[in-house]
Amino acid sequence: MRILFHIGHYALFLRETFARPERIRIYWRRTLDEIDLLGVKSLGIVSVLSGFMGAVIALQTKSNINNPFIPDNLVGFATRQSSILEFSPTIIALILAGKVAGTIAAEIGTMRVKEQIDALDIMGVNSAGYLVLPKVVAALVIFPFLIIISMFLSVFGGYLIVAATGIISTAAYEEGIRLDFDPFTVTYALIKTEVFAFIITTVGGYHGYITRGGTREVGISSTTGVVWSIVAIIISNFVITKLML
Amino acid sequence: MIEVKGLSKRFGEAQVLTDISAVFRKGRVNQVIGKSGSGKSVLAKCIVGLHVPEEGEVLYDGRSFHKLGKDEKRAVRQEIGMLFQGGALFDSLNVMENVMFPLRMFGTTDVKGMRDRAEHCLHRVSITPDKHRLYPGEISGGMQKRVGIARAIAMQPKYLLCDEPNSGLDPQTSIVIDQLIAEITEEYSITTIVITHDMNSVMESGDSILFIHKGRKWWEGGREQLLHSDNMELNEFVFAGSLMRQVKGAMGG
Ligand SMILES: Nc1ncnc2c1ncn2[C@@H]1O[C@H](COP(=O)(O)OP(=O)(O)OP(=O)(O)O)[C@@H](O)[C@H]1O
Ligand SMILES: [Mg+2]
Repeated sequence: MRILFHIGHYALFLRETFARPERIRIYWRRTLDEIDLLGVKSLGIVSVLSGFMGAVIALQTKSNINNPFIPDNLVGFATRQSSILEFSPTIIALILAGKVAGTIAAEIGTMRVKEQIDALDIMGVNSAGYLVLPKVVAALVIFPFLIIISMFLSVFGGYLIVAATGIISTAAYEEGIRLDFDPFTVTYALIKTEVFAFIITTVGGYHGYITRGGTREVGISSTTGVVWSIVAIIISNFVITKLML
Repeated sequence: MIEVKGLSKRFGEAQVLTDISAVFRKGRVNQVIGKSGSGKSVLAKCIVGLHVPEEGEVLYDGRSFHKLGKDEKRAVRQEIGMLFQGGALFDSLNVMENVMFPLRMFGTTDVKGMRDRAEHCLHRVSITPDKHRLYPGEISGGMQKRVGIARAIAMQPKYLLCDEPNSGLDPQTSIVIDQLIAEITEEYSITTIVITHDMNSVMESGDSILFIHKGRKWWEGGREQLLHSDNMELNEFVFAGSLMRQVKGAMGG
């Protein structure tokens, strides 16, 4: 029952969030700030993790092929396919859910318990729109770049580990990453990314917005925001994959 | 003028306000007093529309707020300034930006005009220019309240609501804030409602006092009548402190 209540309120919250902004210029400036905050400031962690992810895929693929009839270039091929299809869009989205949804819920939750959202409402500002819309737009704009960078770095991480350990030749790895490339896989990954960007910012924002009480409740909201973004990401990942592949 | 008619508000099972009617006049400080938990903040939030009452109406110079459409509500809200119990300044904006915020959002002048207006308001509440670039976390509680007042009056409101403007402040700073609110009210002819449980400030500036007890209007009048009322709950509230009892003793009450 509780979940139905939340779905209904989440829908109402979205309607508020996407109402027409009062002053486009103010929203625009906030969006630029958020691009910096949500996107550029996540670049470091995304890059490092992507490199390690690709290295692990390469190592595991190699250690699982004992059959001499399977060519070495499968390592490159598998690293590319898994990075583009699943690891970069989904794993990185889960990491961003932890970082970004948690931050958003805590920030907006704090504003709620300190009556700053009431102050916005009293002034006649659409508080949900003012606080959340710039974050949604910023994430929709910047997350695809993060994910594309992640794809490159993941494949590159595989290359580095291959070069360092010599489990296969780098030439075979390079051949593998060029093999049978289908651009549609990237389209699919970017569509997922946009859906995840939407989920992370709106679910995080919603849990911050409905916070009641004090600092303890802000902590709880932050955690619930992260947990529910993760749940929504994993379910929608399944739905999108079923529909598109 | 703000008029409240038959206002009732429940949260689930808890009846917080019951049938409150009152008139808050223009150009003077109307005070609402009562014990902690009596429903003063809820009343304030019903008046400004942050809570929707189950029954009754709130009239802003004849306009029944809760019956207005969305856009009309926004229009009325832009005429309301509110000072919150905790100040409610935006943490991510500095003092100057906080005061400029409503102007940026709704103002009609250019940036220069907004800046001038914000500087004027900050000057009015005695915040010196060296504080303009500081963030709310970097200034004292009393200053936060004053910046809150500056932000509340930036749009030249017709109505001003202050929820416990002097809670958590020393008596001297309290008086400064009270006087500031009184001066501004008179100067711009604002309808001001001040919620307080500070007897000092009631004795200082209470021409029109509304006493709320258990969510009901229990008594109303001026400060002279306050001291001579035979309402038991009111007396308990007013003479809880020894200072006020001495005042009463000195008057031969
Ligand atoms: N959002 C809410 N949901 C449920 N109950 C509430 C809510 N807000 C207030 N109440 C209840 O309403 C009653 C009155 O609260 P209110 O905040 O108006 O008190 P107050 O008179 O302002 O007290 P104080 O002087 O301590 O600020 C309290 O019992 C409180 O628990
Ligand atoms: Mg209160």
